[in-house]
Amino acid sequence: MRKFDTKVQYLKYKVIREVAKEAWNDTLLENILEIPGTIIPGKTPTMRCCVYKERAILSERIKIAMGGNKDNPNVIEVIDIACDECPAAGYEVTDSCRGCLAHRCESVCKCGAISFDHNHTAHIDKSKCVECGRCAKVCPYYAIVNRKRPCQNACKIKAITINEDNAAAIDNNKCIACGACVYQCPFGAIMDKSYILDVINLIKKSENNQNYKVYAMVAPSISSQFTYAKLGQVIKGLKELGFYTVIEAALGADMVAKKESKELSEKGFLTSSCCPAFVSYVRSEFPDLVQYISHNPSPMATLARYIKDTDPSSKVVFIGPCTAKKAEAQLEDVKPYVDVVMTFEELQALYDSRDIDITKLEEDVLDNASYFGRIFARSGGLSDAVAQGLKEQNIDFDLKAIPCDGIEECKIALLKKRKNVLDANFIEGMACVGGCIGGAGCLTHGEKNKTEVDKYGKEALEKTIQDAVSVLK
Amino acid sequence: MKIIVCIGSSCHIKGSRQVVEKLQCLIAENNLSDKIELSGTFCLGKCQQGVCVTVDDKFFSVAPETVDEFFKDEILAKA
Repeated sequence: MRKFDTKVQYLKYKVIREVAKEAWNDTLLENILEIPGTIIPGKTPTMRCCVYKERAILSERIKIAMGGNKDNPNVIEVIDIACDECPAAGYEVTDSCRGCLAHRCESVCKCGAISFDHNHTAHIDKSKCVECGRCAKVCPYYAIVNRKRPCQNACKIKAITINEDNAAAIDNNKCIACGACVYQCPFGAIMDKSYILDVINLIKKSENNQNYKVYAMVAPSISSQFTYAKLGQVIKGLKELGFYTVIEAALGADMVAKKESKELSEKGFLTSSCCPAFVSYVRSEFPDLVQYISHNPSPMATLARYIKDTDPSSKVVFIGPCTAKKAEAQLEDVKPYVDVVMTFEELQALYDSRDIDITKLEEDVLDNASYFGRIFARSGGLSDAVAQGLKEQNIDFDLKAIPCDGIEECKIALLKKRKNVLDANFIEGMACVGGCIGGAGCLTHGEKNKTEVDKYGKEALEKTIQDAVSVLK
Repeated sequence: MKIIVCIGSSCHIKGSRQVVEKLQCLIAENNLSDKIELSGTFCLGKCQQGVCVTVDDKFFSVAPETVDEFFKDEILAKA
């Protein structure tokens, strides 16, 4: 049974689980200093130079599990002392260079950055190199390696720099909170702030949903998660935790698909607004294109608003794969509707903090959305849904969608649009590769995830967007 | 008169869409649109008895097949 991709995730999970355990019992402040020793017992270090450093870093993780640094507006935070200060030299020629005759590295380098010494060994002139990586790709001896830091490599929008202490630093003006660095840092030195204490607080103060109702809204990518159990058991587990009921965010996606297709036909060109990291990217790097962002709130915000309209005293907790949703929930126009955002990683920790083994539970049901709302979870799904929305509403519009899989593809499409050379009238922007199923807050990432989402989509009772939204007033 | 139909997962599977659609039709046919407010909610807490419907806070268990009867007895008779 594989619950996580990496040991970093497992460590983060243990911290959140322990914090949550104490919080349920109202003993967090009393026992908080014990947690590092509970998770890292004994005297033999297993991760760092000594257990004392391990525990010091763990204390930082506890802080982030409790909401993190309130003075830092970013939901993504670097733990300075956990940063291993990886070498950051960029492309370098290693000892494996055999001083060959072909010099493919030189021919492929457009910047003239490669030269050879008297042993015919290649050298890279750093002042000329633009880190395109072509030389590394063509070397038959794999003699050129990229010594870029994994966090910087993960951050395709270049929001990570190195500070004076040689630790990673995030430029908050650039960061879109996608969480790629969180997932990629091999030392777990970058974490997304956790708001599980808020979730626990909401559930406890509701007193079994008597004072107000706590709704769990789950993202459709949940179908690719918790694969060791049945989806119905995951839903039942949420109710065991104390949520009043569980609703598919995919229903919000259906609502969005209907409105967005109409908006597109009226305006002639749009970019999607579902992915908060993409929207934040357009706002910071392409201010001239902000006018094209769909005016529809995201599926999360749309459905949360509907829930609060029907039940004004309710509380809404969004559970998904996404760290950027945590930032979205803090936006002025979303804040009134979404109370807390948590990830699948955090949900697993929450289950275990209450010793809920979901595999032992009976199966509950989850069915609110259509096939099209559900496939928003993977790249291309939103474009398919917009095409369907146009069809169902009999709107005569020649859709040319470009599904951008990951922030790099988004950047290319946006640059083309800026220069008026984009052969499309709808940009589906998803910051994570694969779409939401590639999100940093997923427990696991795998080849099968897309298939799981499509399978889940096909299981929906409602086959059309209109049928799914027809019950809403 | 306020009718609330549960559109949560459990009731949805038992046919809340059909119930809502039929009610909408019946309300229109009987020209009651200005007298009746029809809305949805995500759970009425009685999933076993779905499709859950409340009429001015009074609880009813309705199925797509029993909507006509329910409408005649509980809505039309009292509207």
